[in-house]
Amino acid sequence: MATLPAMNAPAAYLVPASVDEAADALSDGEATLLAGGTDLLLQTHQGVRAFRRTLVNISRIAELKTISLSGDRFRIGALVTITELLHSKLVCQHLPILAQAADHFASDQIRNAATVGGNLCNASPAGDMLPPLLALDATVELACRKDHRLQRRNVPLDQFFLGPRRTAMAADELLTAVEIPLPPARHYGRFFKLGTRPALDISIISIALAGVLENRQLTGVRVAFGAVAPIPVRARRTEAALEGRTLDAEVISTAVETARAEATPISDIRASAWYRSEMIFNMMRRLLHEAADA
Amino acid sequence: MKPLTREITFALNGRPRSVEIPVTLSALDLLRDVLGLTGTKYACGEGECGACTILVDERSLCSCLLFAVDLDGRAVTTIEGIATDDTCAPLIQAFVAAGAVQCGFCTPGLVLQARHFLADNPAADRTAIKRAIEGNLCRCTGYQKIIDAVASHVAALNVPEGRQDARPRR
Repeated sequence: MATLPAMNAPAAYLVPASVDEAADALSDGEATLLAGGTDLLLQTHQGVRAFRRTLVNISRIAELKTISLSGDRFRIGALVTITELLHSKLVCQHLPILAQAADHFASDQIRNAATVGGNLCNASPAGDMLPPLLALDATVELACRKDHRLQRRNVPLDQFFLGPRRTAMAADELLTAVEIPLPPARHYGRFFKLGTRPALDISIISIALAGVLENRQLTGVRVAFGAVAPIPVRARRTEAALEGRTLDAEVISTAVETARAEATPISDIRASAWYRSEMIFNMMRRLLHEAADA
Repeated sequence: MKPLTREITFALNGRPRSVEIPVTLSALDLLRDVLGLTGTKYACGEGECGACTILVDERSLCSCLLFAVDLDGRAVTTIEGIATDDTCAPLIQAFVAAGAVQCGFCTPGLVLQARHFLADNPAADRTAIKRAIEGNLCRCTGYQKIIDAVASHVAALNVPEGRQDARPRR
């Protein structure tokens, strides 16, 4: 068995009670954030990720634990767990595609700990919440301390992921919430995840499909793929092939060819690039036929 | 250099407990190696098998993926707490009666996961039970007897259907 690199240790440990305190703790850009811990513990103990100088446990910040709808925007706090998403009446009613993804996420034990913010910041190309959030036009809110004031900025999710485990969040920033516009009437959304066992699998591929569905036509089409590129991606050419068109055999055929050409997967321990491309083709076709028959 | 430590205080199986630990320690290592509670099992060490399941503030978690330092101020239940809690005796007896225990390594995690699940879903059907334990691996029984055990316990509880959880299912 290969020996793992040794784990380092942080020099300080802080437990801020508010976003304000957390922003202070992060202001020197030398902090590692701890929320649910399910990714961080494994990565640090296996030596694939080093602790920065200060370990900042944000799990006690109450203001990051709520889901709300005000006006036409949802706000999901960074510390909302996957279980809380799954059981949220607001989410099940208005954002069912998110509940579908939450239902396919790891296992109950991990859903009880893992947070939405953690899934976003871990930025795995296979992160299960990421394609549906892309398909819902989500933005993330980042907070930091600048000139003694708490400043917040919003980043569209499709500009947030920069590479595997790399995001647009600066070292002195904290992801505080994900915001989602209230989907219009007749909004349709489906999440599909391919894995070899129902529970706990890291996705071989995943697809989120969303849009307004009326008379077998999708408008405002969003298609997002997981695990077929270094980051979760919007499939914009596939979206264009579907936008406003009646979901007949020809349109579906063109769209799934486009989807297969648009996906740029790699081969790894879970599947070959060829298999992933074929599954994008087949599962996209299944999702579109389902939408056509819905 | 001495690793950074922190004193934490939490309720362990109903009793207050204070202990000074390295901040990087896992909850599983705290329970087994520091406190000597070896009923919580180390198996995969990466959240795949559920053998290390514990309850923290009544939620089931994989203790191998949990920083022990985050237990500060929380209430922890391990299989040792379940074993001495009379209200859990029927669930444990259901595992024994159904023959749901062979080598027994997965059993503490499964009992805790079933306990957590049944608290919210006391009238669960077999499909819901199967989904609830999908994060727990058993390499002996083929799961049928485990599902039988939990289902027979549900039948004995005799809670009306209306109290079932309305959560969407795959």
